[in-house]
Amino acid sequence: MSIDSTQNHINPVRPDPSTGSGLKADVEGWAGFDKLSPNGIKNSSNSINNCLLEVSDLQVAYGGIQAVKGISLQIAPGELVALIGSNGAGKSTTLKTLAGLLQPVSGEIQYDGNSLKNIAAHQRVSMGIALVPEGRGVFARLTVAENLQMGAYSRNDKSEIASDLVRMYELFPRLAERKDQLAGTLSGGEQQMVAMARALMSRPRLLMLDEPSMGLAPLMVKKIFETISDIAAQGMSILLVEQNAKLALQVAQRGYVMESGAITLSDEAKELLGSEAVQRAYLGG
Amino acid sequence: MEIFLQQIINGLVQGSVYALVALGYTMVYGILGLINFAHGEVVMVGAMLALSALTAMLGWGVPPLLALLLSVGLAMAGCMALGYSIERIAYRPLRHAPRLAPLITAIGVSIVLQNLAMMIWGRQYHSFPTLFATSSHVIGGAIINDIQIAIVILAVLIMAGLMVVVHRTRLGRAMRAVAENQHSAQLMGVDVNRVISITFMLGSALAAIAGLMVSANYGLAHYYMGFLLGLKAFTAAVLGGIGNLRGAMLGGLLLGLIESLGTGYIGDLTGGFLGSNYQDVFAFFVLIAVLVFRPSGLLGERIAERA
Ligand SMILES: Nc1ncnc2c1ncn2[C@@H]1O[C@H](COP(=O)(O)OP(=O)(O)OP(=O)(O)O)[C@@H](O)[C@H]1O
Ligand SMILES: [Mg+2]
Repeated sequence: MSIDSTQNHINPVRPDPSTGSGLKADVEGWAGFDKLSPNGIKNSSNSINNCLLEVSDLQVAYGGIQAVKGISLQIAPGELVALIGSNGAGKSTTLKTLAGLLQPVSGEIQYDGNSLKNIAAHQRVSMGIALVPEGRGVFARLTVAENLQMGAYSRNDKSEIASDLVRMYELFPRLAERKDQLAGTLSGGEQQMVAMARALMSRPRLLMLDEPSMGLAPLMVKKIFETISDIAAQGMSILLVEQNAKLALQVAQRGYVMESGAITLSDEAKELLGSEAVQRAYLGG
Repeated sequence: MEIFLQQIINGLVQGSVYALVALGYTMVYGILGLINFAHGEVVMVGAMLALSALTAMLGWGVPPLLALLLSVGLAMAGCMALGYSIERIAYRPLRHAPRLAPLITAIGVSIVLQNLAMMIWGRQYHSFPTLFATSSHVIGGAIINDIQIAIVILAVLIMAGLMVVVHRTRLGRAMRAVAENQHSAQLMGVDVNRVISITFMLGSALAAIAGLMVSANYGLAHYYMGFLLGLKAFTAAVLGGIGNLRGAMLGGLLLGLIESLGTGYIGDLTGGFLGSNYQDVFAFFVLIAVLVFRPSGLLGERIAERA
């Protein structure tokens, strides 16, 4: 295990559907979901390290306050990577910067072999980058169906969109029942489903999730995590930020630990789960 | 009874115009949280452009109907360009500034436009040329003319069209998404700046039509006409609940009716002490009353996003 944020040579691990999650999926109507193929190029021409995303020495500041102090991380195609850390560590800031909502002070973000510098947030969506933000950000005054249609905004393959919509309702039957309801009237867990389904509607190749379990009852957390590991098993790359470090490391292949703006640990998720430092700091053991 | 019916008709006609202008205020407010006080001047520019084009074309012998359509098109295009430029030049650089800054800028833009209009069109009233022989109709003792009928019908069609765009199209969905949460909209792939520009242009196109309607109805246009009209339409938007499209339409019609009935009966109500020249006070009574008793307006309720 390395303690140095500059270390970085990962072996892209092929996604293993049974990755130690122990949460075998039994989502209704799940079977149709594997038809969801990513937005954009199928055969990715990604770079040297075979990385979908490669972040190097990223620094982000709010005014004068440095929130992210030179982090590096990689995600291989099909990998599920967890980013954990305590409050204020800079996890959300990192995700927002990757999505293009914040501009970095310095550093490089390579996605599928191209620099994301000067690429606006809305353009990154059609490149296959999707973020489910902290607090979900559903459109409260739009119906559930309209929220999902917004997710497909960057696409113009009408019939495919329609069939993806059907798949989302199969994946989250609860949303099908409520599709004409305003999203603001849904429960927190249902809103999280809307946020996830909406992000999936863009057919991302890289899905970033910011604390999908926040504020949810245990049963709902389980359901959301089942969905996450199922999506990962279909080959989508996922960057998962979670307060619930144990759960995140259980579904992930690799993990990064972030503390006050820097990455202090990175390793296989199993190793992190077993590590004493992580146990003490994040797993309450 | 005739007076009552007549005032209802006048109120509906005037209210249709208020509603069209109020929609421009409310769309921009909904999307940016900004009160675009220059919007009234866009109405004025629309009226002036249409009138100038109309007069010129009639002078060249263009058939009246064709001249009217071309002038409407020209006024709409001109106002859309103006609305786009106002946002681009005056508001966008202040997008993240404290709220007072764009508000003051809006007033500044308004003054600049008024003065420019004065330089171009002068201080005099311009009269609206007679295009067609219009007839008046008597309904239950009240009179309504063809122009007024056309205004109401056109306004209803335009508003219905706008509702379809906003509630049934991809663009409309994006507009509502941007109005609610710009960051989330960006994360859906929406080019927020583009949607904001389109919103200003849509509002300005409605303003151009409203400007033409007012000058056709009163037979006049003037560089200062946008000020009071803009303020009243803003009142209508606040009355309906600013940010709410249906509210703007309802507020516009109600304000038109209140104003017209108030003016019709103010003499009786005050025993002849106040006359119909007090017409303009009603709008501002309404504004104050709404702000005091129901600041969110008639339809201005919102569903909160749950935690
Ligand atoms: N808009 C902002 N303006 C100024 N400082 C900010 C802003 N957003 C975040 N910060 C600061 O940046 C640091 C990192 O915040 P960030 O939201 O990225 O943390 P986080 O790791 O996501 O925390 P949490 O687990 O609580 O969500 C914190 O110190 C926070 O106070
Ligand atoms: Mg966070």
